[in-house]
Amino acid sequence: MEIPTLPPQGVTARTRRWRRVRRVVTLPLAALALSGCTVPAFGARAGVTSTARSTFHLWQGFSLGAAIIGGFVLLLVLYAVVRYRRQGDRIPKQVQYHIPLEMVYTIVPILIVFALFAATIVVENKVVANPTTNVTINVNAFQWGWKFSYPGTNAVVVGQTTQDPTMVMPVNTDVHINLTSTDVVHGFYVRAFNFSRYALPGIKNQFTFHPVATGTFFGQCTQLCGLYHSLMLFKVKVVTGTQYQSWLAGFSDAAGAQAANNATNQQTSSHVPSKPTNSSGAN
Amino acid sequence: MTDVLERPVDAVEHGPEEHRGPTGLLKWLTSTDHKVIGLSYTVTSVIMLVIGGLFAEIIRAQLATPNGTLVSFAQYNELFTMHGSVMIYLFAGPFAFGALANFVVPIQIGAPDMAYPRLNALSYWLYLTGSLTMLAGFFTAGGAANFGWVAYAPLTSAANSPGTGADLWIGALLLTGFSAIFTGVNLCATIFYLRAPGMTMFRMPIFTWNLLITAILILLAFPVLTAGLIMLYCDRHFGTHIFSVVGGGVPVLWQHIFWFWGHPEVYILALPFFGMATEIIAVFSRKPVFGYKGMIFATISIAALSLGVWAHHMFTTGVVLLPFFSIMSLLIAVPTGIKIFNWIGTMWRGEIWFSTAMLMALGFLTTFLVGGLTGIYLASPPLDFFTHDTYFVVAHFHSVVMALVFAGMAGLYYWGPKITGYLLNERIGKIQFWFLFIGVQLFTFPQYLLGLRGMPRRIAVYPHDPEWKLLNDWSSVGAALIGISTLLFVVNIIMSWKKYPAGDNPWDGQTLEWFTTSPPPHHNFYRLPQIRSERPTWDYNHPEHRSLVHGSHAADHEEVPAP
Repeated sequence: MEIPTLPPQGVTARTRRWRRVRRVVTLPLAALALSGCTVPAFGARAGVTSTARSTFHLWQGFSLGAAIIGGFVLLLVLYAVVRYRRQGDRIPKQVQYHIPLEMVYTIVPILIVFALFAATIVVENKVVANPTTNVTINVNAFQWGWKFSYPGTNAVVVGQTTQDPTMVMPVNTDVHINLTSTDVVHGFYVRAFNFSRYALPGIKNQFTFHPVATGTFFGQCTQLCGLYHSLMLFKVKVVTGTQYQSWLAGFSDAAGAQAANNATNQQTSSHVPSKPTNSSGAN
Repeated sequence: MTDVLERPVDAVEHGPEEHRGPTGLLKWLTSTDHKVIGLSYTVTSVIMLVIGGLFAEIIRAQLATPNGTLVSFAQYNELFTMHGSVMIYLFAGPFAFGALANFVVPIQIGAPDMAYPRLNALSYWLYLTGSLTMLAGFFTAGGAANFGWVAYAPLTSAANSPGTGADLWIGALLLTGFSAIFTGVNLCATIFYLRAPGMTMFRMPIFTWNLLITAILILLAFPVLTAGLIMLYCDRHFGTHIFSVVGGGVPVLWQHIFWFWGHPEVYILALPFFGMATEIIAVFSRKPVFGYKGMIFATISIAALSLGVWAHHMFTTGVVLLPFFSIMSLLIAVPTGIKIFNWIGTMWRGEIWFSTAMLMALGFLTTFLVGGLTGIYLASPPLDFFTHDTYFVVAHFHSVVMALVFAGMAGLYYWGPKITGYLLNERIGKIQFWFLFIGVQLFTFPQYLLGLRGMPRRIAVYPHDPEWKLLNDWSSVGAALIGISTLLFVVNIIMSWKKYPAGDNPWDGQTLEWFTTSPPPHHNFYRLPQIRSERPTWDYNHPEHRSLVHGSHAADHEEVPAP
């Protein structure tokens, strides 16, 4: 892009243009280098699983690119509207084509796109990888709640709307999730995991988490699923391995069976929530 | 050599007085004139914009507090469903390819009318009927449709969404869908067969080119939606199980069908508005469209790619091939980038006149830049997993569609004088622009952050995370500013009513519509200029300033900048 200023004497047009291009390109890069090589978060958070962090770094990369390209384009627009505002009745040169320039802004974006695609593929392969794991949790979404069951144990957690069920998983372990839905499409979304996946009726979706920090995290249904979609919340509690084992041991056979029973009877109107915020909602 | 192709004398005298058709209401009801139909489309679709906007204001008022009680959950679901449906099906599409296109395209190519005037009238009446059908849902016992404008199966089944509102919604989409298909047929036929002598394909204005590509996309995409809706209706009423697991059906099939229409639809909406912005930026920079042919090839490649990217709406289903749809979606950034640089190139070294239309076009350019860049994130599956169905997506597509609203407003300020013969007030227009511009940014930017902070879309309350309140409040303030700007537009129409006569060519326009009178006569032209480029009116008015030929670009004759 040419940025016309008064041309210095004795320099060819080509050199002049090249100098301007260099100035435009090197300035933001220099600013970046001076800022100490810490890439800002651009509003996102690193997350608490290994894949959440990969996604977060991909986010940073995309954002950095978007900021540079977006800033560059915005500067061009601003420069054009300030510099070329109408100042008289002059008719400008009727330039219609500049083939080399047009080729540059066709080819450079293609290269950028393939760079973004390469980064995407690297992270995507991590995020969708399904290694064999010791811990498996079956997550079943229904209108309007969640059931978390742990195959091979008696542990079952069910809760709907206001009850906010809690999914417990051990830290620093690969945790395999089997996600299903009994009725409509739901969205399984854990904010701190930077991840979501549809719970689809008739399809079992599988993915793996590897939490790297303990704590309680917030989850919610993200796909519209009917009247109480807004209240379809859950929690994810990441605990240490020993805490996880003792939590599992807390489920006696009877309690497990009871919980499972409850789960199958959940979807009746007897559990329509009584949110104070929504006195008229059920009608 | 004559510069103007005069019609035979009898044709010249073939004035409006010879068309003693009905006047007043009867004229609107019976007309097959593309200008009357175009105006009907414009008025109806702008009314739909206001109705959809009212729904949005109620939604934003509800979300201004974490435990909003303005509407119930049920009403909230109806509101955002109808907000999306009205805006997409009843405003953006019909405004794009029914309103200004109907009026402008035949004139831009020097045609007396659309190729099938009666089919054109049928399109409008189907559209109006469909619009009323959809809105009628509010007056049924169960309320309007409430499953979101994308209507994911099996939430739409008879068991999950009983009630007439849902059926009226399906019926409305069938009606407006056929309306769109007929308009697509009509535009294709008109552009291919009714061009004036000299108007070759590569002399068509960009707006007309974009409408041609849009029309072809309509013909490819809309029948798919129509078929899907008929399947859905059969599932609801005739006992088929196409989208229900119980009977061996596949719910995800709906998403495939819907988005196979839905993603081309994004460009069916966007391309006409791109065309409007292109024309306006060129005219108000007093230059030809920079990279005219590149612009056309960019439009064609966007349309071609748009048919192969539908599953990027379905990354989180876990049942689509991620890399293919990812790279196809990312590639759309390339032709879109070409367009943005062409727009900048058009302004470069121009003489930019900041009329309201040009300001609106610049509002389009900057807002679309944000929407386009955030779209690139969503083409990357891991980032889509991260942000899907959160407010990040809501913010992304509102940046895009509000950019289209800017372009639409630009189009109304630019072509309105041609349609009515009167200009709108520029001062009110500029105030309207600033309200809209600040409003839109204030509306969308907090929503990007909300999405990153984990707020899902389509929730009526958020009691557990008061952190979201402040951002929601800013967004609601933005929505209020957008509302005020819409009111200012209505005020402007009332205040400027028949006040400022426009003349034939108030903007020093370049294309054929500015060669005829404002408003144009019954069959559009008494005479035509010679058409030797895509800017016949400009060539006629400025014969010594025709476009420079290839290769003789700016570097060869650099000018001393003005002090």
